[in-house]
Amino acid sequence: MMWRTVRRIMREPLGAVGLTLVTVVVLSAVFASALTSYAPSKISPAERFASPSLLHLLGTDHLGRDLLTRVLYGGRVALLIALGATAVSLVVGVVLGLIAGYGPRWLDNVLLLIFDAVKSFPTVMLALTLVTLFGPSLYAVVLVVMLVNVPGYARIIRTQTLVLKSAEHVMAARSMGASAGRILRVHILPNIIGPILILISMDIPVVVAIEAGMSFLGLGVRPPTPSWGAILNDGFANIRDSYWIVIAGGLPIVLTTLGFTFFGETLRDLFDPRLKGRS
Amino acid sequence: MIRYALKRLWLGAIIISVAMMMMFAMVYLIPGDPASVALGPRATPEMMEALRVRMGLDQPVWRQFLHFYGSVLRGDLGTEVLSNRPVLDVVMEQLPFTLALVVGGITWSVALGIPLGCIAAVRRGGFVDQVIGVLSVAMIAVPSFVVAIYSLLVFAVALQWLPAIGAGEPGDLASRLQHLILPSLAVGLGWIGYISRMVRASMLETLEASHIRTARAFGLTENRIVYTYALRIAVLPTITLLGVGIGHMLSSSVFAEIVFARPGIGKLVYEAISVRNYPIVSGAVLVTTVFFVLVNVAADILVGLLDPRVRSSFN
Repeated sequence: MMWRTVRRIMREPLGAVGLTLVTVVVLSAVFASALTSYAPSKISPAERFASPSLLHLLGTDHLGRDLLTRVLYGGRVALLIALGATAVSLVVGVVLGLIAGYGPRWLDNVLLLIFDAVKSFPTVMLALTLVTLFGPSLYAVVLVVMLVNVPGYARIIRTQTLVLKSAEHVMAARSMGASAGRILRVHILPNIIGPILILISMDIPVVVAIEAGMSFLGLGVRPPTPSWGAILNDGFANIRDSYWIVIAGGLPIVLTTLGFTFFGETLRDLFDPRLKGRS
Repeated sequence: MIRYALKRLWLGAIIISVAMMMMFAMVYLIPGDPASVALGPRATPEMMEALRVRMGLDQPVWRQFLHFYGSVLRGDLGTEVLSNRPVLDVVMEQLPFTLALVVGGITWSVALGIPLGCIAAVRRGGFVDQVIGVLSVAMIAVPSFVVAIYSLLVFAVALQWLPAIGAGEPGDLASRLQHLILPSLAVGLGWIGYISRMVRASMLETLEASHIRTARAFGLTENRIVYTYALRIAVLPTITLLGVGIGHMLSSSVFAEIVFARPGIGKLVYEAISVRNYPIVSGAVLVTTVFFVLVNVAADILVGLLDPRVRSSFN
């Protein structure tokens, strides 16, 4: 099953590029410590602002840290946050969506209103507000990701639940006296997980962008933790003399977002063309 | 139609008041007393007490809450503590710069997105269509702040074709526009992709319509059909899309303003956060949100006017 899916994706040009990029990014993050002999936060003043060379393939930054090393370890941070924050938003979104779809009508209306209200904040403004409240941290990033993603997930789950609620097999289960919890768990959840997985693969680049963007503004993970956004921030201050720092910080963001988007688009076209047109 | 518009406005009003509630909660939740935050560590107890009374902090929460709502409705977003100017004035001073950026972004995305979508629809399935498809996805995927930094690096630092910082000389339109090109590209690039995909999809749908079939039967050329008859209908969904797009562009304008050192709401909020100037933060966020909600309501009503099908599906 798994190999068949991979083969189908690799047959599409876009899917092949996407899957390759995703694989490269994931492997380089997992094996970061094997791929480089430098430590990500080791400062060496003698090698400040070294341009790319055989010793430092992507050059060094203003503290003499090897940029390739920071990019590789930054991949770990980016992917962990992307997976973690997406998982949390998924759980919250599924629970709220099931409640809205299966619960009483008034609760549905209240929840829909809250989703709309949350979505009516421009993302960056939301992030800036939250950071004002809680200070810059990893948790602020996760919270922003949740607020951005949960309304979308919950809405889809809600719609699907509403459709399934009146489906015959659910009616049958209910007439046999199954509890609401059992119906949701056994009959509804398995049927909506497919479209959700596809949406997740398309949302990962958004989450990567939020983390990098917040770290670029100095509102995300704290230094000296390596993050692609933080590298961009370091490089931006020295863009006129040491252009390689921003290139090193931006390139992994571009490759990761492109890779996951291409991959997700192909998945969607192959397995659930109905989702097309949603953005 | 009036019922639809009223319903849409009503929803907008509810969303704005929920947003106001969140802003109030935010100012209220901030760790530490707003008065001591505003005056800094060297303030005497008498000064703090005076400011607390002036800010209404000695009143019970529900009184403060009603007071906050009342003054916001009167257009009073409070006073900035440092310069003693009304928050609304400070925010409104920066708003035109951000609006210029968003309008610039819309211009880029419409000017390139609509033609790309049309070309892709005409050549559907062909090589050109596939190239435009991949390009559109790529433009959507790449975050705007990376676009901003890379375009600054290439066009302003390396090639030196365009200015890198500021918003241009006041009163000099050419200089203003020149300073707008790169930041607005960074803001609008993703939406070139969204719009071209949207136009392509709705163009393909429109080309199936019966009046287009009639036009074909009359022997009109394909170009004439696409660009005169079908485009008029196919661009309609773009209007709603742009309603959402303006919100996204407001978000990315924060990055564009910081990268290109332009004045604007985003830069205002960003700098206010670093000096803990909370009234400015909440005021600017509130103005942005109200603006965003109004734009979306206006876009929905406009589409309702142009396309009666939307009205009935809303009820």
